[in-house]
Amino acid sequence: MAIIFKPSPSLPPPVTSVGAVAWVRQNLFSSPLNIFLTLFSIYILYLLLPPVIEWALINATWEGSSKAACTAGGACWAFIGVYFDQFMYGLYPEAETWRINLAVILLVVMVGAFAIKTINKLYLSIAIIVAYPIVAYFLFAGGVFGLEVVETSLWGGLFLTVLLGVIGIVASFPLGIVLALGRRSEMPIAKSVCVVFIETIRAVPLITILFMASVMIPLFLPEGLNFNKLLRVLIGITLFSAAYMAEVVRGGLQAIPKGQYEAADAMGLTYWQSMILVILPQALKLVIPGIVNSFIALFKDTTLVYIVGMFDFLGRIQAANHDSNWLGTTVEGYAFAALIYWVICFGMSRYSMALERKLETGHKRN
Amino acid sequence: MSDKTTPSNNSFLNDAGNRALIFQILLLAMVVFAGYYLFSNLQANLDNRGISTGFSFFNEPAGFPILIHLIEYTEANTYGRAFVVALINTFVISLLGIILATIIGVIMGLARLSKNWLVARLATVYIETLRNIPLLLQMFFWYFAVLAALPAPRDSYEFADFLLNKRGIYSPNPMIQDGFGLVIFGFILSIVASIGLIMWAKKRQTKTGLWFPAYWSSLGLIVGITFIFLAIAGFPIEFDLPQKSRFNVTGGMVLPPEFVAVLVALSTYTGAFIAEIVRAGILSVNWGQTEAARSLGLRDSMTQRLIVLPQALRVIIPPLTSQYLNLAKNSSLGAAIAYPELVAVVMGTTLNQTGQAIETIGLCMLVYGSLSLSISVFMNWYNNKMSLIER
Repeated sequence: MAIIFKPSPSLPPPVTSVGAVAWVRQNLFSSPLNIFLTLFSIYILYLLLPPVIEWALINATWEGSSKAACTAGGACWAFIGVYFDQFMYGLYPEAETWRINLAVILLVVMVGAFAIKTINKLYLSIAIIVAYPIVAYFLFAGGVFGLEVVETSLWGGLFLTVLLGVIGIVASFPLGIVLALGRRSEMPIAKSVCVVFIETIRAVPLITILFMASVMIPLFLPEGLNFNKLLRVLIGITLFSAAYMAEVVRGGLQAIPKGQYEAADAMGLTYWQSMILVILPQALKLVIPGIVNSFIALFKDTTLVYIVGMFDFLGRIQAANHDSNWLGTTVEGYAFAALIYWVICFGMSRYSMALERKLETGHKRN
Repeated sequence: MSDKTTPSNNSFLNDAGNRALIFQILLLAMVVFAGYYLFSNLQANLDNRGISTGFSFFNEPAGFPILIHLIEYTEANTYGRAFVVALINTFVISLLGIILATIIGVIMGLARLSKNWLVARLATVYIETLRNIPLLLQMFFWYFAVLAALPAPRDSYEFADFLLNKRGIYSPNPMIQDGFGLVIFGFILSIVASIGLIMWAKKRQTKTGLWFPAYWSSLGLIVGITFIFLAIAGFPIEFDLPQKSRFNVTGGMVLPPEFVAVLVALSTYTGAFIAEIVRAGILSVNWGQTEAARSLGLRDSMTQRLIVLPQALRVIIPPLTSQYLNLAKNSSLGAAIAYPELVAVVMGTTLNQTGQAIETIGLCMLVYGSLSLSISVFMNWYNNKMSLIER
């Protein structure tokens, strides 16, 4: 009978080198410095987390119609509830807010329609870019089909913030592309006009541009010709963001190898044909993260319109904080505003990362 | 690009050069015309409203107080002086903000790269939270929610001789006495001595290879020599301590809440962006560099200082420059919480009182333009100094 060598089963690895214990040892307590840092972090968490959770969740008052309802000693979220409509729509008449909701739903449906395979994407894009803004404008402003006219001075809240951000970025996009092409052009005058415009705008803070839009534009226009403040601020924001957009697009244009330009020329394409058919599709794909980043920056910057007297989301929060019936709810207001801004901005930055991965076609050098 | 060789196409407009010329002439004409049109409207509007152009209002008394002024200023002073006060305030907040934001950014960027899981997570939370919330909201939060919630002067928080209350942070005010010149002399002497020491250490190292901890010892030299001279002069500094009374605090030096709020908001917000830049810069240095340094026998601290950091800086500096520029421009948001910087004083109060829109807004744009320009010139010089010198 053959004796078969049978090794006894190997011992399990020591508890200190696998599983949770090992992880804790490696990641939290690997050296004296790390031990100190871990303990220090835990101490900071201990100082911050329990009071915040207690204030925001445990002792909070969620419902109520006045400050008197908030007796639990924690956050008074009832304040947000009472002011919610104002935060969202500003002073837009309450009976008419369905128009804003309808416009938002319409946009979501139209964008969502891209997911349907059988739909003609070209027509859909044209509908979104050309038809939708007109419909949305008449929905917001009214004056047709028996819709009540709503002055733009009543527009406010998150509605105004999103409006400023979206129009700013959409309108600045074509302008930015033209400026970027101009800056890269070989025509000296066209180039210098673009460079001077881009660099001047980029050198000054947005707030000076907004002041210019609200105070100086009327001075530069002939007597009698004047347009409304929202439009003036929108022009300011668009010009501002176009300068930044131009630099982002220029980055993309520079990243396209010279061979592509030469190949387009060799095919006999004109300048505009080669740009639209060959260069820009590649360049814009490269700079999608940059475009989203400038959108996030612009979205955060729209808060500045409050300084020139427009009540966007932050402006409404600030105004509500001054309500004498709700004194002492400042932190709640800011916390709510911060949460909304954070969700939107963080969501967009994650979306741009996902988009970047999706559009990656393997040209990246490693 | 020229079609001149094809006989059928050699009309004037088919030449790319000619078309470019025509296009540019048209563009120039448009720009000039638009400029002329706007300018003539401006002239007509100003005439109609009876506003005279020019900076003559700069010599008139301003008649408004400025809360924070580092040079002498009263309501009787001119608009010109108010402008200088505001300019100094903008410079001070930008400079301090840049220094603090850099410190916060470097610490947070390193923390996010830390091998310690908890520290890395906390740094990530910090960066992702602050980056995604508008700066103006953060400034409001610090000013209206945090600093306004501090106790009244009589219930101030006290740490050593510092007081913290609604009206700001109070600290002892150093009052210079006779004999301080001796201390300044000692300080300069110590700096000269440490420069000499560093040069000697470098020379010795290139000659013999022996290393000397020159930077630590020169720090010791500066502190030591200055202290000795302080002692010789008999400590010629007296501290004016802040005293709290029922409604106010007397004496001491005060950092007003507007200043603190703007500074904290600017530096923590920009710090979060700088942290990401620092992280990306350090990650961009190939791991092989660290391994090579280790195999040469360099200690960890020397690897970081001599190998990783100089290479990371090349990646870090260009985006860092634009963050510094952003910080300087963002200091204008201080206007929203009444920190008397350029926008608040010139484009706010001065514009309201005099109606000189063109001059005030133009002046502000000019100042920010030159501030941006000088920061980028300095950083470009530094970048050139640090950049890779290739054959």
